[in-house]
Amino acid sequence: MSDPVSALHHATNSEGLVSICEIGPVGMITLRGDLSAKPFQKAAIAAGGVNIPNQGRCLMELDRGIAWMSPDELLILCRYDDVAGKLGDLNGKLAKHHALAVNVSDARAVFELRGARVREVMAKLAPVDLHPEVFTPGMFRRTRLGQVAAAFWMPEEDVVRLICFRSSAQYVFDLLGVASQKGSEVDLF
Amino acid sequence: MLIVSCPCCGVTAEETEFHAHGEAHITRHTVGSSDDDMETYLFMRKNPKGVHFERWRHQYGCGKWFLMARDTVTLEVFGTYPAQTTEPPADLLELIDAKRPGWREGA
Repeated sequence: MSDPVSALHHATNSEGLVSICEIGPVGMITLRGDLSAKPFQKAAIAAGGVNIPNQGRCLMELDRGIAWMSPDELLILCRYDDVAGKLGDLNGKLAKHHALAVNVSDARAVFELRGARVREVMAKLAPVDLHPEVFTPGMFRRTRLGQVAAAFWMPEEDVVRLICFRSSAQYVFDLLGVASQKGSEVDLF
Repeated sequence: MLIVSCPCCGVTAEETEFHAHGEAHITRHTVGSSDDDMETYLFMRKNPKGVHFERWRHQYGCGKWFLMARDTVTLEVFGTYPAQTTEPPADLLELIDAKRPGWREGA
């Protein structure tokens, strides 16, 4: 079997205000269905290894977790190699229910931003209030980054993890690089 | 710029995260209807100076459709409500009545 290749071969940029690193490949399963249905919840919790997050939030452990995407959609994150097993498990458990589970690992790219100014860099690109009292670790936000769709969360203070479509990975990497150029500090937060 | 709250995912953001899709509460005349009704459904749209009800989609967010009442002149957003409604909710109409007395005559 061929080896998985991440979108940008782990491209890094540590010359700016924050360090940017492409950290793929990450296992991702889109799970759609009735979030309030018991069989759906049980299957999702078994696959994600954490509880179902509340609206607009995510529950993440080291390399796995669940993110709330929309009123009928969850995103399960796991190790890349675990996807096939989890997907088979989900499809088996939800065979008799109205639900959909799809492997989207290779359709996406994941970035990690580290540094004291991550809030500032993100605030330049997304229409999101990133004040430390408003956007807190544990929240999950699907939004726009420059001209493309993206979703991000903060595993901890000063760290942002960001998911975008694989086809826009280079654009996002360049965009983040420009937004974190030295000398472009805003001192907003 | 409009500040919009999505009734589906609770996010409040400015309008670039959303996309407008025209007038709301349009009756969909279809097979079996008269030519005049069909023409109305396809082409006739209000273009009010003031209160307007619109369909919007949370394009970069949860992806859901919803409806919104806003003022086309001041860009004030009166409120948003689920797409699964055939007419604006009563409490929203009351709010608009209070803010724009007499708006129904021009609607």
